[in-house]
Amino acid sequence: MAQTVFAPWDDPQAKPLIQFKNVTKRFGDFTAIENLTQDIYEREFFSLLGPSGCGKTTLMRMLAGFENVTEGQILIAGQDMAHVPPNKRAVNMMFQSYALFPHLSVWENIAFGLKREGKPKDEIAARVEEMLRLTRLVKFAKRKPHQISGGQRQRVALARSLAKAPKLLLLDEPLGALDKKLRQDTQFELMDIQEKTGTTFVIVTHDQEEAMTVSSRVAVMDEGRIIQVATPAQIYEAPNSVYVADFIGDVNIINGVATKAEDGYLITWAEGQAPFMAKTPNLFADGQTCHLAIRPEKVAISAERPADAVNAVEGQIIDIAYLGNISTYHVKLVNGQMIKAQAANTRRLSRRTFTWEDRVWLSWTDTAAVVLER
Amino acid sequence: MRRFILIAVPYLWLVALFLVPFLIVLKISLSDIALSIPPYTPQLDWTAGWAGFKDFLGQLDFENFTFLTQDPLYWRAYVSSLQIALISTVLTLLVGYPIAYAMAQAPDEWRPTLLLLVILPFWTSFLIRVYSWIGILSNEGFLNQFLLWTGVISTPLTILNTNTAVYVDIVYTYLPFMILPIYSALEKMDGSLLEAAEDLGCSRLSAFWLVTIPLSKAGIVAGCFLVFIPALGEFVIPSLLGGSDTLMIGKVLWEEFFSNRDWPVASAVAVILLLILVVPIVLFQRNEQKQREMDQ
Repeated sequence: MAQTVFAPWDDPQAKPLIQFKNVTKRFGDFTAIENLTQDIYEREFFSLLGPSGCGKTTLMRMLAGFENVTEGQILIAGQDMAHVPPNKRAVNMMFQSYALFPHLSVWENIAFGLKREGKPKDEIAARVEEMLRLTRLVKFAKRKPHQISGGQRQRVALARSLAKAPKLLLLDEPLGALDKKLRQDTQFELMDIQEKTGTTFVIVTHDQEEAMTVSSRVAVMDEGRIIQVATPAQIYEAPNSVYVADFIGDVNIINGVATKAEDGYLITWAEGQAPFMAKTPNLFADGQTCHLAIRPEKVAISAERPADAVNAVEGQIIDIAYLGNISTYHVKLVNGQMIKAQAANTRRLSRRTFTWEDRVWLSWTDTAAVVLER
Repeated sequence: MRRFILIAVPYLWLVALFLVPFLIVLKISLSDIALSIPPYTPQLDWTAGWAGFKDFLGQLDFENFTFLTQDPLYWRAYVSSLQIALISTVLTLLVGYPIAYAMAQAPDEWRPTLLLLVILPFWTSFLIRVYSWIGILSNEGFLNQFLLWTGVISTPLTILNTNTAVYVDIVYTYLPFMILPIYSALEKMDGSLLEAAEDLGCSRLSAFWLVTIPLSKAGIVAGCFLVFIPALGEFVIPSLLGGSDTLMIGKVLWEEFFSNRDWPVASAVAVILLLILVVPIVLFQRNEQKQREMDQ
């Protein structure tokens, strides 16, 4: 059955819900966001991913209205947000600390925003009940925030920010305070709720796994700029820079010089060694320096040189990281370069083929690696 | 055993310095005035044995308490004290809350200095501070001189020896007791709560009413009791700054004791004052306990 792929960013007819137009934000002489332009579409689950201090939280706080834009414009549903205070925006935020009101019960916390709208009482009660059911909190309605667990608090915060049915929900590191197992469960819950309510979610996170799991698109940020915006699969398979490749998942970077071959490039990476062959849509001049990025799981490891391998290189196992289902082998090449190769542990540990100090062959196909300019 | 000693020390302290003196005062309040040293009767005669003790108990009565209800001076003094303490507490809250709020909003590096400034007046003797208010508030005092100089008034205002002077000085003296608990409640408040309130549709003002005030409630209650309880029995301020019509129970007590030398009636006044104070003290304790439960 053919399913229509959700990709409004590829549709020139689609109208974005949020538009950043050349947005710059400065604090004193520190530039937090630099000349940023980006569209976010309705019903998207958009992640802002980056190390701390990259400006992702600032970007979110500008959407919520807690920070003003220094230069440029932010449009939400076509309306300029410059002088709209937080309480007049159809935007709600889920805070990193949850910011639940400690003096109010779970029920009253969720009803807080609805009461400010001056809705009739039975309407508020109905909406709060709906939110309690959605987040599975019906039993805890009468409790105070300090009487429930961290995971429950997180759900109260989510219910409270969803109660007013905002056009846009901002989530600031929503799962940061939860332990790993609970975090994974909650990620799927979040996606489920996002789908049910049809709300646009913008989420800030520094956890790449979280961003990959939940997002329709991921924006990787660094020093106030967006480096790449793409679907999780594209970000992983076709990063546009070494920074993105390195930030998302594990990667081997080999520096070299490109030379045009029939349908790809030959990359000279060490003297006296056969160049690597790589196919790429990116264009390089002869003699231009480039970076070969290969994911460890795309590197095969074998005792003999595979006969049909396009790229093969010999090395010595320096270290083995055993992760249960897979093992990562750290292999040193002749020029001292370390390459990580992953192999599934299909056999029992005692019958492992390779061990420390073994000489092995690493190989990969001509399409496995990405060739990057920077 | 060690734990027992640890618990026993504060209790021994309370028994020796609170319960025993209270029992002595209670006993005097049940005695009669006498021209002797000490100026009341009966005295317990240890040599007379059991019969002497029974005789001693038989002479105790509630005459002084009945007397307090008959002379309107006393209950008027109690009511007036309650009124002055209540009004001063409200005034102190109105002055103290904005100060505590401003302190909690101040940059981190400023806070220790501001706290020090709040406590600084305690470094000067209380009496000296009361006397300096005489210098400020009297007809020829600094305040009147300043107002005459600016031309706001043409004749000096009579402030000293009125209730106004008493209010001014109670507010001044007890202000730190109001500021500190409110400040500590406001200071630990998470700033993102106000952002959350705004995000959910509150204006700045309604966020203040719906979030800041409820969350500083424990501090407000604690501050009010810390001001109200000592202000109720205040003696020095009304006697030095108040007028002849400023009626406060502390002053009445002093006069009974030192001017009339009627120890039994003075003790009865003190016992009633203590009973009045027990109510707010119990309420104060319950507020503290509730706050501790919230903080867990």
